[in-house]
Amino acid sequence: MKTLADLKKIREKAQEDMKLRGGNARIKVVVGMGTSGIAMGAREVMKTFLEEIAARNLTDVMVTQTGEKGLSSMEPVVDLIEEGKTKVTYGNMNPDKVKKVVVEHIVNGRVVSDYVVATGN
Amino acid sequence: MSLKRIDLLICCGSGCVSAGALKIKERFHEVLKEHNITNEVNIIETGCMGPCDYGPVMVIYPEGIFYKKVTPDDVAEIVSEHFVKGRPVARLMLQEEEKTFSAHKDIPFYQKQVKVALENCGYIDPESLDEYIATGGYEALGTVLTEMKPQDAINIIKESGLRGRGGGGFPTHIKWQMVHDAKADQKYIICNGDEGDPGAFMDRSLLEGDPHRILEGMMIAAYCMGASNGFFYIRAEYPLAIKRIKMAIQQAKELGLMGNDIFGSGFNFDAEVRTGAGAFVCERKWHLSTLLKVCEVILLPNHLIQQFRVFGESPLWLIMLKQLEILPQL
Repeated sequence: MKTLADLKKIREKAQEDMKLRGGNARIKVVVGMGTSGIAMGAREVMKTFLEEIAARNLTDVMVTQTGEKGLSSMEPVVDLIEEGKTKVTYGNMNPDKVKKVVVEHIVNGRVVSDYVVATGN
Repeated sequence: MSLKRIDLLICCGSGCVSAGALKIKERFHEVLKEHNITNEVNIIETGCMGPCDYGPVMVIYPEGIFYKKVTPDDVAEIVSEHFVKGRPVARLMLQEEEKTFSAHKDIPFYQKQVKVALENCGYIDPESLDEYIATGGYEALGTVLTEMKPQDAINIIKESGLRGRGGGGFPTHIKWQMVHDAKADQKYIICNGDEGDPGAFMDRSLLEGDPHRILEGMMIAAYCMGASNGFFYIRAEYPLAIKRIKMAIQQAKELGLMGNDIFGSGFNFDAEVRTGAGAFVCERKWHLSTLLKVCEVILLPNHLIQQFRVFGESPLWLIMLKQLEILPQL
């Protein structure tokens, strides 16, 4: 570590590691973890998001959870929230669908319309 | 490999530690393991968050939920309800005047405060150099060392109007200028972390909660005044502060932020910690220099000893400086 540029590199890496505290991720993935969501496999869905996002080193994505969303027949339900864009809600999710959403929606910016159950708030 | 989705910040300032924060931390480790979600949660010990009478306290991100008076028995509920199901535990939130405050930032105690010196306290892991750097740490030092002469930096201090923060309010730049101008083969800087006033814990909060900030402030001051050696004099009653400052020095050395030719500027600096038994408002000149056993300090001309005493007056004061050093960058 000899220059300000070296310090900046360390800073950028460290800020990524602290992004949960800043809350300014590009995309927020919110998994519904109410009783029915959990019963339908929401944990596996969330775990797959965490693993896939980490494996692709997508540092600007944040995964969090919420309670019952009132869409019990479509559980597990996941919201993808992007600033300046309409919220997209995916339903009947499973680990395979999660992998596709990560690649298509989060990486390439294309909504996977087959899995969408609602858009907007 | 897995991405973290929760940052659990447990206040481990001395107030919360004495109220049982470390037991709670252990309990979290156990319960997270039971739920098999250890790799989804960062557990971070922070410095003092401020509302000590509610301790042990914690803040959970990304929501920024604040829990107070948490006991080890509450941990299982926090994990199963909040962490697993996404339902924060309302009964542990702060309630004032029949209102429940879930988010840390909405709590009335913080509403009228703007943290300056303490801005990182309770927000970063004080034992992590990376987290300090993430908040802009050591950039002020880098800027001063690579872009300014000592006199330029002293001028900034002068313009900022910074004064001693112990009560006397002596203008900081005058002290710095005097030592800058003084001729000596070797100059030292002492950071007085004795905090002799009974019941005053602001220095301890900083030493425990954001040690790198004090270290950075010390190095900037040392560069301005031509000192190449520093001493932290911290009272033995503050074991956690001593541990964290020592750790900070070690980390800074490992990364090359302390030692020889810092930032390629030719500036060398080394610091060490001395502990003392504490005493209430002693004649600090003798108190400090005797306890430090720094013969060289005593051998310096008397007026210089006076200056050294004043430099180390308060860590708070060195810290403030660091804030102001950032101004030119902005």
